[in-house]
Amino acid sequence: MPRPGFVLDVDRSTPPTLFWRGEGFSLEKLPADRSRVIYPAEPLPAIDDVDGAIRHALLHPVDSDPLPALLFPGMKLTIAFDDVSLPLPKMRKPDIRQRVIEAVLDLAAEAGVDDVHIIAALALHRRMHEFELRHAVGDRVYDAFAPRGLLYQHDAEDPAGLAFLGATPQGEEVEINKRAAESDLLVYVNINLVAMDGGWKSTATGLASYRSLRHHHNPATMQASRSFMDQHRSELHKSNWRMGKVMRDHGPKVFQIETTLNTDTFPKGFEFLSRREWEWTMRDRASYLGVKKSLDRTPAKLARKIFHSIEAPHQMTSVQAGEVEAVHRITTEHVFAQQLVEVRGQTDILTMGIPYISPYNVHSILNPILVMCMGLGYYFNMYRGMPLVREGGVVIMTHPCPPDFHPVHHPSYIDFYEQVLSETTDPVRMSTEFEERFATDDWYRHLYRTSYAYHGVHPFYMWYWGSHGLQHVARTIIVGGDPKTVRRLGFTPASTLDDALEIASDVVGRSATITHLHTPPLMVADVS
Amino acid sequence: MIAEALAGTRIAITGCTGFVGTALVERLLRCVPDCELVLLVRPGKRHSAAERVRREILKNDAFDRLRAQLAGSAEPFEQMAARRITTVAGDVTGDMLGLDQHDRTILAGCDIVIHSAAAVSFDSPLDTAVEINLMGPVRIAETLRALGVTPHLVAVSTCYVAGNRRGRAPEELVSAGPFDIGLSWRAEVAAARRLRADLEDRSRTPERLHGFRTEAREELGAAGTPALAAKTEQIREKWVDHELVEAGRARAASVGWPDAYAFTKALGEQALTETKGDVPVSIVRPSIIESAVAEPHPGWIRGFRMAEPVILSYARGLLSEFPGVPEGTVDVIPVDLVVAAIIAVAALGPQRAPFITQVASGSTNPLHYGTLVDNVREWFTQHPLYDAKGQPIDVPQFRFPGRGRVQGQLHRAQTAITRSERFLQKLPLRGKQAEWSARLEEKRLDIDRALQYVELYGLYTECEAIYAVDNLLTIWDGMDDHDRATFCIDPRVVDWPRYIRETHLPSVVKHGRVRTAPGKSTSESRPTRLRRQILEPSRHVAAFDLENTLIASNVVESYSWLATRRLNQADKVRYTLRTLREAPSLLALDRRDRSDFLRFFYQRYEDAPVEQIATDARELFSQLILTKSFPAGIRRVRAHRAAGHRTVLITGAMDFVVEPLRPLFDEIIAAEMTVRPDGTYSGQLTGVPPTGETRAQILADYCDAEGLRLDESVAYADSTSDLPLLEAVGFPVAVNPETRLAAIARKRGWLVEHWAKSPGAPRPLLPLAPTRSRTAGRP
Repeated sequence: MPRPGFVLDVDRSTPPTLFWRGEGFSLEKLPADRSRVIYPAEPLPAIDDVDGAIRHALLHPVDSDPLPALLFPGMKLTIAFDDVSLPLPKMRKPDIRQRVIEAVLDLAAEAGVDDVHIIAALALHRRMHEFELRHAVGDRVYDAFAPRGLLYQHDAEDPAGLAFLGATPQGEEVEINKRAAESDLLVYVNINLVAMDGGWKSTATGLASYRSLRHHHNPATMQASRSFMDQHRSELHKSNWRMGKVMRDHGPKVFQIETTLNTDTFPKGFEFLSRREWEWTMRDRASYLGVKKSLDRTPAKLARKIFHSIEAPHQMTSVQAGEVEAVHRITTEHVFAQQLVEVRGQTDILTMGIPYISPYNVHSILNPILVMCMGLGYYFNMYRGMPLVREGGVVIMTHPCPPDFHPVHHPSYIDFYEQVLSETTDPVRMSTEFEERFATDDWYRHLYRTSYAYHGVHPFYMWYWGSHGLQHVARTIIVGGDPKTVRRLGFTPASTLDDALEIASDVVGRSATITHLHTPPLMVADVS
Repeated sequence: MIAEALAGTRIAITGCTGFVGTALVERLLRCVPDCELVLLVRPGKRHSAAERVRREILKNDAFDRLRAQLAGSAEPFEQMAARRITTVAGDVTGDMLGLDQHDRTILAGCDIVIHSAAAVSFDSPLDTAVEINLMGPVRIAETLRALGVTPHLVAVSTCYVAGNRRGRAPEELVSAGPFDIGLSWRAEVAAARRLRADLEDRSRTPERLHGFRTEAREELGAAGTPALAAKTEQIREKWVDHELVEAGRARAASVGWPDAYAFTKALGEQALTETKGDVPVSIVRPSIIESAVAEPHPGWIRGFRMAEPVILSYARGLLSEFPGVPEGTVDVIPVDLVVAAIIAVAALGPQRAPFITQVASGSTNPLHYGTLVDNVREWFTQHPLYDAKGQPIDVPQFRFPGRGRVQGQLHRAQTAITRSERFLQKLPLRGKQAEWSARLEEKRLDIDRALQYVELYGLYTECEAIYAVDNLLTIWDGMDDHDRATFCIDPRVVDWPRYIRETHLPSVVKHGRVRTAPGKSTSESRPTRLRRQILEPSRHVAAFDLENTLIASNVVESYSWLATRRLNQADKVRYTLRTLREAPSLLALDRRDRSDFLRFFYQRYEDAPVEQIATDARELFSQLILTKSFPAGIRRVRAHRAAGHRTVLITGAMDFVVEPLRPLFDEIIAAEMTVRPDGTYSGQLTGVPPTGETRAQILADYCDAEGLRLDESVAYADSTSDLPLLEAVGFPVAVNPETRLAAIARKRGWLVEHWAKSPGAPRPLLPLAPTRSRTAGRP
């Protein structure tokens, strides 16, 4: 039986705690008697017969006819799947999406369906490279569909490839992929890594256009989402669910397949990253030292390459299919069963080690804007109830934060960093003064559509993602970050954790409480 | 009563655009209200004589005082100047002074002619110095004789005509003194003219011309024939001038003068005396003229004089040694005293004026070298200059070594730096590294300049003559109080320490445009200003080179990528080995001639299927071009578009390689290949590849066809082979320049941009493509 997550109170005998620092990590001694560390739960047991479970879910869906009953010859069938941003790190082959898509295709073939399109639902994310597509759907599916142009990626800027379905009572326009919209059945293949994913967000976001996305990807919505992990208190999700209603009334029939994974995140040799420090064996200590020493001597580029080649031993813990909302309710329960950790009370200072990866830099670089998004957008929001850090508290991140950008994946980020952040770090001001120009820029559009670039507006979304955090905390400190870059982000640089705590004491006093989020693996703090 | 004596006279002045001339015009207009002036001015290349008077004389701040006095009066300054000044176009190096019939009459109507035109530069070519300093006075005298008039001719000369001698130098002709060595001025004139002709011949020998061409190529690189030809001719002309400067210096030294200036001036006095005929002549000889002690305002100075560059070099910390002895005399005289003396001599008239009047301070109120140095040092300690980082510069303790030692040191430094500069120019450096070389060059220029000062002024410090001013003091004694107040000529009134600290140095610093305030400059820096200018909406076209300007890649890399896209691993290895083997010869060909190289290299595309290349080129764009792009460069292209400029890409790369860049540019001019009927490339280009000087022509044609202007256009390039393009536009920008272009850009004040790849960009060792799977989907 895996042990649940828990909160450790730090005393004098507590060994130093692991902090991620991008493509590296360090052990930090947290002040005794006023610090605590939140550890995630151990990975839940996986389903043994994955293919059997998938087939069972397709044949016995929730609030829906079985999939075979929805398939008929001559129909238009579209299978959409989550893109490269999920799961993190990428999972060992075979990817769960491959298994689900193959199962769906088998049923489609049995039913005599021959008009099948498979679409990567990447919204405004970058297009996937061929090797990434092959990893997600498997060589068999790729070789059968891609050369004939039947496996492709959603293009949110293709005027001929979008369909307008209507608007919500709040005036939110719903515009999604035309092929998906005009299909007799849209099968969505999802991976639910965190509670934020899935539900109507899969289709209403993953297959949507800028025209549609801007209604919920904006500072006002993000600030009103307390948190993204709590669907019922998230304005982002409410908007997506309203759009879902428009889709149900005017769009294609949707057959949602959601899967959940356990938190078995790191492969052999890196297990110490998910273990509790006082339980480290001699072997863990040795691999920590070995990995750290060699990383310290490895150039950043190579270290990045090594880390991004990590494939997680994630395993499936549940699969359910059928009606979107009903399916998502079950999925969320599974996610929370794995990730919720009970925490009592807020803290003055929240510390977090920012790792090398986020949903937006797979095979790429966690650039400074993504560092902000990871810290104040993702980790800050890993709560249910109330934020881990109190209002007016301090967030301390550890990350080297070099001003490095991937020129192919993040071209608009480079200009955002040079032209927007040099003017303002206020999400509201940037949304009114700069967003439009970046969002409608021809060059960014060209790069998004023909190369492998995130959409021009994407860096804004990443910044908005942290807007509740920005509003909530009084100061953000980045330990070990390039000072110039950290200041550009509007944060305070510090060389050591001790310095950072000293700086934080200006805001929260000398006996402030400290909480460290020991993640990854992922968890959600249930704060009471 | 000077003003009364000169009332109603017409005074002709030569050399009035100079330091003394301007002050003279000002003083006459202000203090002698009833005289009229005839200004003999050489028409410039761009401006007529009258225009030069307006721009170069009357706009000078010397006239601020008079302008203020007349403001609001019945006749404001401009009207007064128009009434009293007549400008005639002429040139003292021409026969009859280059005057037309009408202007000759005007000159003939003058009562007084003040000749102050001179080639004062210490490094004038010998023949120029001879034509102006020696023949100038002769031509004036001859012209007056030819016109049959005998106005009072007051010629401005210099004390240094006395030559390198120690002790008293009286107010008499050198040729009349005991040190005359019997030189014939006519022979010197003939020799100087002959020398010019000889050197022109010698500069055209095949060996020399070959040498000049080599030098031009070393400086410009493969900049194309027209640019190289222009440069070669420029170097040849410079060589001739340089030889003439050397010849002048050597000739002057051989006969006992510090330089060609003093030498030609001395012979000029002698020649004038011999050729003046009935024209009454007075000669005024100032020593080293410096800023005004009082008139028109304290510290007034025009142009950079002898001592200023030395003083500023010292204040910048460049110069800590200067030949000379502390107790030696520096004979300096403020300009207002010189001007007053000239006017006083003119007012005395031909009968009463002494033949020669020296205006110098050495005999009555000497300024010792030690005093000068101490005061300068003290002043700059209190008022330091600031370096580019806003830090005060510490002035060095001044030493007084012999000239030989300083020269030796400087020569050694010069040789070392020239050598490292040559070496650096041969290295394939770019961007910031190329700046080293530019910095070295700056250092070398500093040393060159310091060496020049030492060579030239050092000679003067060795000249320990004491110039007698008996005639000057006699004139002073004869002046009434009013004249003494208005036209002070007494060198004894100058309080040297006060003059140096309160008048001269503040003025030098002001004119030197040096940093006198701590901290970073708050005013807009030059690059910022240039950047703002190139993005102004009034610009028309922004033309960009591709390789090393927008991306850090080249045609060989893109070819390699495309060629290996469909090869298996073993073939890739073979390809790499073959290409590496060929690399040196390809590189050599590229250096020799870019178009030949491109033609030769592009033959490799022969038989490549057009469709396949188009497919692979899209992936090439993401994997190679974008990866190696300079984000700041692409941002600049976009900024130009946003500002409403046309953007043009001119590149030797193949059209299919740059096709994905199309959304950035209004026009792409790239190399194109003919396609065979079977849908493969022929390997033959359709025309001349757009490289070198053809780029300038292409852009000019584009502008012509679109009705746009080149001088309102911006061009970005990285190498001297693009020099014709950069020179063709009004706003050239050197991007990551290689050494030679960096030096040129620096000299010409062009904007230099250092654009880099994104620091996070993947950096593959070799430009090889990942093999495309046979079943790959839509790219």
